[in-house]
Amino acid sequence: MATNYETFDYDVLVIGAGGAGLRAAIEASAAGVKVGLICKSLLGKAHTVMAEGGMAAAMGNVDDRDSWKVHFADTMRGGQYVNNWRMAELHAKEAPERVHELEAWGAVFDRTKEGKISQRNFGGHRYPRLAHVGDRTGLELIRTLQDHGIHQGISVHMEYTIVSLLKDGDRVVGAFGYERERGRFRIFKAKAVVVCTGGLGRAYRVTSNSWEGTGDGVSLAYHAGAELLDMEFIQFHPTGMIWPPSVQGILVTESVRGEGGVLKNKEGRRFMYDDIPENYKSQTSLDPEEGWRYTQNDKNAKRPPELLTRDHVARCINREVKAGRGSPHGGVFLDIAWIKEKIPNSAEHIKRKLPSMYHQFMQLANLDITKEPMEVGPTTHYAMGGIRVNGDTQATNVPGLFAAGECAAGLHGANRLGGNSLSDLIVFGKRAGEYAAKFAKENPAGTISEAQIAAAYREAVEPFEHPAGSGSEGPYQVQYDLQNLMQSNVGIVRLQNEMEAALSGIQQLKARAAKVAVQGHLEYNPGWHTAIDLKHLLTVSEAITIASLDRKESRGGHFREDFPNKDAEAGKYNSVISKAADGSMNFRREPIPPMPEALKQVIEEMK
Amino acid sequence: MNKTVTFRIWRGDATGGKFVDYTTEITEGLVVLDVVHKIQATQANDLACRWNCKAGKCGSCSAEVNGMPKLMCMTRMDTLDISKPITIEPMRAFPSIRDLVTDVSWNFRVKTKIKKFKPRTPDAPDGSWRMQQEDVDRVQEFRKCIECFLCQDVCHVLRDHHKHEEFIGPRFLVYTAALEMHPLDTEDRLEELKQAHGIGFCNITKCCTKVCPEHITITDNAIIPLKERVVDEYYDPFGWLWKALRPKG
Repeated sequence: MATNYETFDYDVLVIGAGGAGLRAAIEASAAGVKVGLICKSLLGKAHTVMAEGGMAAAMGNVDDRDSWKVHFADTMRGGQYVNNWRMAELHAKEAPERVHELEAWGAVFDRTKEGKISQRNFGGHRYPRLAHVGDRTGLELIRTLQDHGIHQGISVHMEYTIVSLLKDGDRVVGAFGYERERGRFRIFKAKAVVVCTGGLGRAYRVTSNSWEGTGDGVSLAYHAGAELLDMEFIQFHPTGMIWPPSVQGILVTESVRGEGGVLKNKEGRRFMYDDIPENYKSQTSLDPEEGWRYTQNDKNAKRPPELLTRDHVARCINREVKAGRGSPHGGVFLDIAWIKEKIPNSAEHIKRKLPSMYHQFMQLANLDITKEPMEVGPTTHYAMGGIRVNGDTQATNVPGLFAAGECAAGLHGANRLGGNSLSDLIVFGKRAGEYAAKFAKENPAGTISEAQIAAAYREAVEPFEHPAGSGSEGPYQVQYDLQNLMQSNVGIVRLQNEMEAALSGIQQLKARAAKVAVQGHLEYNPGWHTAIDLKHLLTVSEAITIASLDRKESRGGHFREDFPNKDAEAGKYNSVISKAADGSMNFRREPIPPMPEALKQVIEEMK
Repeated sequence: MNKTVTFRIWRGDATGGKFVDYTTEITEGLVVLDVVHKIQATQANDLACRWNCKAGKCGSCSAEVNGMPKLMCMTRMDTLDISKPITIEPMRAFPSIRDLVTDVSWNFRVKTKIKKFKPRTPDAPDGSWRMQQEDVDRVQEFRKCIECFLCQDVCHVLRDHHKHEEFIGPRFLVYTAALEMHPLDTEDRLEELKQAHGIGFCNITKCCTKVCPEHITITDNAIIPLKERVVDEYYDPFGWLWKALRPKG
């Protein structure tokens, strides 16, 4: 009986409490509306804590040649020009202010000699641009927002899972979910809902994402009628841990290369010199000595090829491994220890610059990165695609529904630059909160039908009704099989027939997922939770595969062995996926809106 | 290379529970959390445990491994003696919810009671400040905290004496220290530290420092300096005299 569920009433409900969700909640709350914040885990544990390198903002503290224009051009170049240019513009213009705001809320960034916020080099950024705190910048961001947010009158719901968005006609007016600790269902009424649920890396076997990265928000929004954009663009981060097996996929920050780390194959060759893309040739140095100087902030030096964009570096590593030139456990070597030739007391220097990397390898792999090279390989890291939003307001095509952060699409185009994610969260988290609050002020509360709630409840508890043993299986096996399928068939290198096989495999997995059985009861039950996540994982996997099949070219995170080159025509459209009336997935190409002359000119100037 | 290990995991909830043995094979390079996950996936789908990052960065998978407060994701199996069953229990300083999951909500309530960061006016017209790296090193050490609450778990004032209403525990003394020693902060938290937050309960046994997975020197760098500030403010007779006599202005 729907009337028996405890009901919360908010103006703005924010789903997801990572950087974007917290920033949205803070902004909405500051606008004077009543805000609820849903955390899938405990507050402050979201995947944002894993971000290491920093947040990109053209403050020009280390190199005053930097400006929003350079940052904009870098972001578009990195995204291979299929980005939402309006988002790239706003992002580049507003990031510095958002970073200063964090300092006003207590963040303690590393400093320059002049006492300003320090900025570091990162792949694809022309100048040192990433505000950072050692290699734990994500933790600093989330803690700062959390500690500021708890004094803002936001109602925080920890360890809740939303299973369905609720609608009144076309408009989203709330959400239905459950409290994990006690296994009780709840209704959240809201005049506006902001989805900030982050990534979907758990669709793959090797990933840097935690168990939470199951594409919930993308799937919830899709099933509520929202359009998805550019789902084919998945970022495989070039450097994940590969040994021991249990840590496979855990991220090794790009800052290792930013601080002078080099990539080598088993022959000791710096293979990144062998393949430098045309559009980066003018910015890349062929001289190792100059590359080293670049990492040490020599303004006149050009960057080493290790700091090319992530999509490219990941593919080069993949190539070395496939050619039999990889490291013993199937990756390549990442060496920061070599800088002892350059810096006295290099061990201390490395520990200070990369404390959590030192810690991570010491504890998990029993390896001292100040003495030995690491073994690394590509890991599924980030979804450039996601929910389609308006660049200014972060509104989706569904009234009352907004999205920000990784689950939203547009800013990063075909490939995200490192450091642009944390700045994305604060720039567009703020905008989403602002416009959701505005929407909530301008619109009355909606009504939610009992039937909708009853249906959402039935769907959520269905796995308990499947008797174990009678032809049904547990949810974990289905999840593993999906992850293996996506890893091998829609991974870093893609082929038509493999993806077609994946698409039919996904249909079979859907049938299995519909029958999974779970043990126990509703309270804190990870098996049940996995069963619920399966629906989201299958939805996003299908969308990724459909969009990847259509894009018959290679661009950014999407690399096709059967179409290895970029196609200028394919660079003129975005992929859009929506739910058809019959429940099937509808795909269409949509032309990218023409860029204003002023922005075109910026790109020309920065070439 | 495969070996067999027995995990003796506490299963139960607030009404009670018991240890249940699970025997499984392990391979090279695993951590405790991997083994718990394997048991969860193959033998006990409903075994409750918290985890997120699996890299020691989020502080979710706190538990007591063979009686020692640890992050399960950072405890390598090859550091444990597997000839005997390995006990895995929830943190004992907090109420049980289910299996390895405890109710840590008290920590979140405590934090809201500590006065928030209040910066001085910006140093530059663009709203920014100037601080030297050496002036922020100390605070950055405290801000490494991942809120795993292992220090709270091991603190005898909370664990054995249950002073949750009178004492905020090492985590929030570190949090207060990070605010008090922040070069920009202008707030005064000494009164509440002494009264409501019970800094006097800490008798510097340093157990918290020992279990901190981020190696924050909680007692020496955070708690003792705070205690000194409280003493200077409230117990120093020369200080009283000076305050009484100094010109007001």
